[in-house]
Amino acid sequence: MIRLVDIHKSFGKQKVLDGLNLDIEDGKTTVIIGRSGGGKSVLLKHVIGLLKPDSGQVLIDDVDMTKLNERDLNEIRKRFGMLFQEAALFDSMTVGENVAFPLREHTKMTEKEIRQIVSDRLRSVGLTGVEEKMPSELSGGMKKRVGLARAIALRPEIVLFDEPTTGLDPVMTEAINQLIMDTQKNFNLTCIVISHDIESIFRIGHRIAMLYEGKIIEYGTPEVIRTSTDPVLVQFLSGSINGPIMIL
Amino acid sequence: MNRISAAADELGRSIMAGVEEMGKILLLFLSVVAWMFRPPLKARNILKQMEFVGVKSIFVVVLTGSFTGMVMALQSYHGFHMFSAESLVGSTVALGMTRELGPVLTALMVTARAGSAMAAELGTMRVTEQIDALYVMAANPVKHLIVPRVIAGVLMLPLLTVVSDFVGIIGGYFVGVHLLHINEGVFLKNITRMVDLNDLYNGLIKAACFGLILSVIGCYKGFNASGGAEGVGKATTDAVVFSSITILISDYFLTAIMF
Repeated sequence: MIRLVDIHKSFGKQKVLDGLNLDIEDGKTTVIIGRSGGGKSVLLKHVIGLLKPDSGQVLIDDVDMTKLNERDLNEIRKRFGMLFQEAALFDSMTVGENVAFPLREHTKMTEKEIRQIVSDRLRSVGLTGVEEKMPSELSGGMKKRVGLARAIALRPEIVLFDEPTTGLDPVMTEAINQLIMDTQKNFNLTCIVISHDIESIFRIGHRIAMLYEGKIIEYGTPEVIRTSTDPVLVQFLSGSINGPIMIL
Repeated sequence: MNRISAAADELGRSIMAGVEEMGKILLLFLSVVAWMFRPPLKARNILKQMEFVGVKSIFVVVLTGSFTGMVMALQSYHGFHMFSAESLVGSTVALGMTRELGPVLTALMVTARAGSAMAAELGTMRVTEQIDALYVMAANPVKHLIVPRVIAGVLMLPLLTVVSDFVGIIGGYFVGVHLLHINEGVFLKNITRMVDLNDLYNGLIKAACFGLILSVIGCYKGFNASGGAEGVGKATTDAVVFSSITILISDYFLTAIMF
């Protein structure tokens, strides 16, 4: 169980997270929605320890990430996989080397075993025969799929997705959504997804949390969120420019 | 009065920022040293960087070195000719190359080539979240990215400097003996008489130091880049300028200590 407790984070004078509290349930997909530049990626980076809060705790199974040294932090990170917004594939390596990276780094598998697993993971994201391609030769959708294959290479328990469908066409968006749902179900993963795409979030989310002005203002099942009367949430979900949310 | 205090304020801030940056660079250097001795060593990365910094710089180094030697011969000839001391041109070129120009010019050329590439590559990795991806996968970016580059810088610069010294002296020989008609025997004899191995070795020690400087600064600037393409561009420029200045300044102090 992942718990964010009273997280405060500022960058210079700008307060991004202002007393944020959120519990992430195991074995479910939690979607975090909120305004652009509202702190969703910052929140995600706190979960995996890429950022440390100014105050507050990030608890992974009751272990406070913020107090760990690098070695212990790395041990916990091995339980995670993360799909970055632009996939963040290493562009000096081939697709195969990218997916194999966590395996080579953390296991003592033979080359043959690694090749097998890489091929497996790529197949599970709908890609075959692309091991020798360089990331620069791939389309946006393919990059994300390779990124996902790399994120699940070590079969982590928790997978984080930073805007997985942003910038993709509707068909690719649906394909990625389906992939997230299938992977989550097949491996009973805990998924945290950041998204702007309202249709997708209702499709893939077991729980939805809205981040606004540095706090979680609403959290619940899709039904709860859909029927909420909170004016901020209503404005956000309907995509209206009228309401409490200011256009800056 | 306000303008003076504002200017002083600005100056003070710049100095403090500069000192802070030097501190951070030193911390990165210490981190690199620590990671260098932690197995497993990424041999493939190291060799790849050595090829990039060393092998791929040879053409540029040969060109710079030979023309430097040639122009040194030309310039020193004019001076020595006034005292009928043309026979000293050879040793002047050789001493100049081994002690100063070989190490310094090679380092500046490699900074422009490889130092900028290090900053650009790491900067691009930073702004495309590839460095975050390394952290997330419990891999340390200093070990994977920076250590190989620093090792390559320290090992390859002395080797490139040897090449530079050699072609510089040959260039000087060609200009001195064949174009300016200095007596060949006297030209060569004075080189062996006045240049000893310490001149060469000290030059190579300088080269290793310069290699360390350009790789650490190049990697530091790239690693800390932010702000997209403009940030990467700035990091690359800063890396080359800052490395070059540091190389020239440290050249003075190294020379003062060694010679």
